[in-house]
Amino acid sequence: MSATSPYATGTPRRRARRAVALGPGLAVLCAVLVLVAFLSVTMGSRSLGLWDVLRALGSLDDDGSITSTVTLEMRVPRTLLGILAGAALGVAGAVLQGVTRNPLADAGIMGINSGAAAFVVFAITVLGVRGAGVYVWFAFAGAAVALVLVYAIASMGREGATPVKLALAGVAVTAGLASVTSGIVMTNVDALNELRFWQVGSLAGRYTPILTGVAPFILVGLAVSMFFGRPLNGLALGEDAARGLGQHVPRTRAAAFAVVAVLAGAATAACGPIVFVGLVVPHVARFVCGPDYRWILPYSMLLAPIVLLLADVLGRVAVAPDELQVGVVLGVLGAPAFVAVVRYARLSEV
Amino acid sequence: MTATMTPPKTAPAALRLSRRRRATRSLAVTGTLAVTVAALFVLTMMVGSFRLSPTEVIASVLHLRDDPSVDFVVRGLRLPTAASALTAGLALGASGTIFQQLLRNPLASPDLVGIANGAGLAAVLGIVVLGVGGLAVSGLALGGAFAAGLLMYLLAWRDGVSGYRFILIGVGVAAFFDGIVGYVLTKAQLFEARQAMHWLTGSVGQASTSELRLLAVALVVLLPAALLLQRPLRTLELGDDAARALGTRTELSRAGLIATAVVLVALAVAVTGPIAFVALVAGPIANRLLGPATGGILAAAFVGAALLLTADLVAVHLMPTPLPTGVVTGAVGAPYLLWLLATTNRQGAGG
Repeated sequence: MSATSPYATGTPRRRARRAVALGPGLAVLCAVLVLVAFLSVTMGSRSLGLWDVLRALGSLDDDGSITSTVTLEMRVPRTLLGILAGAALGVAGAVLQGVTRNPLADAGIMGINSGAAAFVVFAITVLGVRGAGVYVWFAFAGAAVALVLVYAIASMGREGATPVKLALAGVAVTAGLASVTSGIVMTNVDALNELRFWQVGSLAGRYTPILTGVAPFILVGLAVSMFFGRPLNGLALGEDAARGLGQHVPRTRAAAFAVVAVLAGAATAACGPIVFVGLVVPHVARFVCGPDYRWILPYSMLLAPIVLLLADVLGRVAVAPDELQVGVVLGVLGAPAFVAVVRYARLSEV
Repeated sequence: MTATMTPPKTAPAALRLSRRRRATRSLAVTGTLAVTVAALFVLTMMVGSFRLSPTEVIASVLHLRDDPSVDFVVRGLRLPTAASALTAGLALGASGTIFQQLLRNPLASPDLVGIANGAGLAAVLGIVVLGVGGLAVSGLALGGAFAAGLLMYLLAWRDGVSGYRFILIGVGVAAFFDGIVGYVLTKAQLFEARQAMHWLTGSVGQASTSELRLLAVALVVLLPAALLLQRPLRTLELGDDAARALGTRTELSRAGLIATAVVLVALAVAVTGPIAFVALVAGPIANRLLGPATGGILAAAFVGAALLLTADLVAVHLMPTPLPTGVVTGAVGAPYLLWLLATTNRQGAGG
C-alpha cells in the first residue's frame, strides 16, 4: 500500500481531458446497462419470441400465458435484482477498498459472507426454516452483525480503526464464523445440501418478494454512497492528510462501514455470496478513471450490474434448458478477463 | 523504536540499544514459541482413549524404550497425526508470513491469492470427477498448487513481478478456481460433494507417511533457506528501489522467496488439505508477539504449528464428535488474534 497521492497522476491538462472523457463515459455505460437489461429480459433458458416478450412487457399485466408469466414474474424481477445487487456489490467493494486501502478488501473478507452463511445455516438447523425467501432476512442480519463486530473490534485501542486493523479484524471474524458454519455443516448433511447451493451465488429463483424486500435498502445505500467520493479521496492520502483536510476520520470510516453493511448485506442476502463483482469491478473502474473516487464510485455502480447481468444471461443461454449459476460464470469467464486487464493495464494502486 | 524511553547520549548508542532489545525480544519470543510447540506436540500424543505420560511418549518417539503396546499407540497411531499437524503448521505459518511481507499486504496469504484454491480445484476434480481418494488426491492437490503458483508468477511477470499486480492476478486466479469448484460441487452427488467439502475443510488426520516424509524433508531444507532469505525480505519490504539501493538483487530474491513459500504451502496442502486461516493469522499473531522485531519467519512458523496442534486437540478431543481440523482452526485462531488486535496499540504491525 504505497501512499501515492490520488491526484498525482498526469499533468493538469491530462486530468482535465480525463474528466471531459469520463462524463460521457458514464452515459455510455448507462446505455450499455439498458442494452444488457434488455438482453436479460428477452433471452433465457426458455426461448420466447421477441415480439411476445415485448407485448407482455407493454401490457404489464399477467394474462396467464406462459410468455407473460415468464417475462413479468421471472425475468423482469430477476433483471431488476441483478441491477440492484450488482450496483450494491460494486459500490460496497469500492468503498471498502477505499476505507481499508487494501486491494484485497471485499465484502467477503470483511465478514459479510461468513456472517450471512452462519446465520443461514443456523436458521436451517436450529430453527428449521427453508426457502430463499426466509434466508434473505437471516443472511441480512448475519451480514450486518458480522460487519458491526469487525468495526467494533478494529476500533478498539488508541488509534482507532486503522486499515491494517480493519483487515485483520475482518479476517479473524470471518475465520471464527466460518468455523461455526463448517462445524454445523460437517455434522448435518441437510444443512450442507442447502448451503452448497446458497453459497455459489445465483440470481435464479429470486422473485418479487425478495426484490421488493431488499430494494429500498440498496437504493438508499446507493444514494448515500455517492457522497463518499471526496472523503475516500482524503483517506487515500493517509489518515494524517485526511485529518489535515478537515475530515473527522473515525466518523468517515464508521459511516462508510454502515453503508457497506447495508449495500453488501442486502445484496448478499438476496443472491448469496457473489464475491467476484465487489472485488474486481472497483479495480476495473480504477483502471478506467484513475484513482479519483468521485469517478470510481459511479463507474463501479454502473459497471458491476453490467458484468453481473451479462454473466447471468450467459449462464442461462449457455447450457439451456439447464442453468449455470452466475457465480460460476463470473469465475470462469470474468476472472480470466480480469487477469488480462491487470496484465496489460497501467495500474494505479489503491 | 523503543529507544525513546531512555534517551541515550549518542545516536549509535541508541541504535545499538534498540538493536539489542530487538534481538533479545526476538530470541525470547521465538524460544518460548518453540517450547510451546514442543509441549503441544507431546501433549497431542498423550491424550486419547489410552492416556500416556510425557516420559512414555518421549521415550517411544526417540526409540529409547521398548514397550510394544505404547509403541503401537504412539508411533503407529498418534505420531503421524501429530507430526502432520506440526509440519503442516510450520510450513503454513512460514509461507503465510513470507507472502504477507513480500506482497506488503496483511491479507495476502496463500489461501487468498490463489495457490490453495488451485490445490482445492485439482483435488475436488479428483474426488468428484475421477472418483479417486487418498494419495491420488494429495498428488493432485500438490500439482494444482504448483500449477497455480507458476501460473500466477508467469501472468504477473512484466519486467519483473510487482507486488500489487501479483495480488490482483492472484485475486483473479482464485476467483477462477473457486468458480469451477462451486460448479463441480453443485453438480456432484451429495455423497461426493460431502467428501469434497470434507477435504476442502482440511484435516491433519489423513496424511500418509510418504507425503509426510516429503513435507518433513522440504521443511528441513526450506526453513533454513527462508531464514537466509529473511534479510532480503526485510529490504524488499522497504520497496524495490530502496532494496536495490541496499544491494539486494530484487528479482532473484523475490523469485526465491515465492518459490520457497509456494513449495511449503503446496506440500502442506497436499498433506492436510487446505486448512484455512493458519497461514493468514500466523504472521500477524507472531508480529504482535514480537513487538518491534516484526517479521520473524521462524516465529510465524512456530505460531502456525502451535495453532494447528491446538486445533487438532480441540477438534478431536473437546468436540462431541471428532471434526476435521480445518473446522476449528478459525475458532481457535480468531479469538486470539482479535484479543491481540484489541490489546496491542501498535499501528501497522500487521504487515
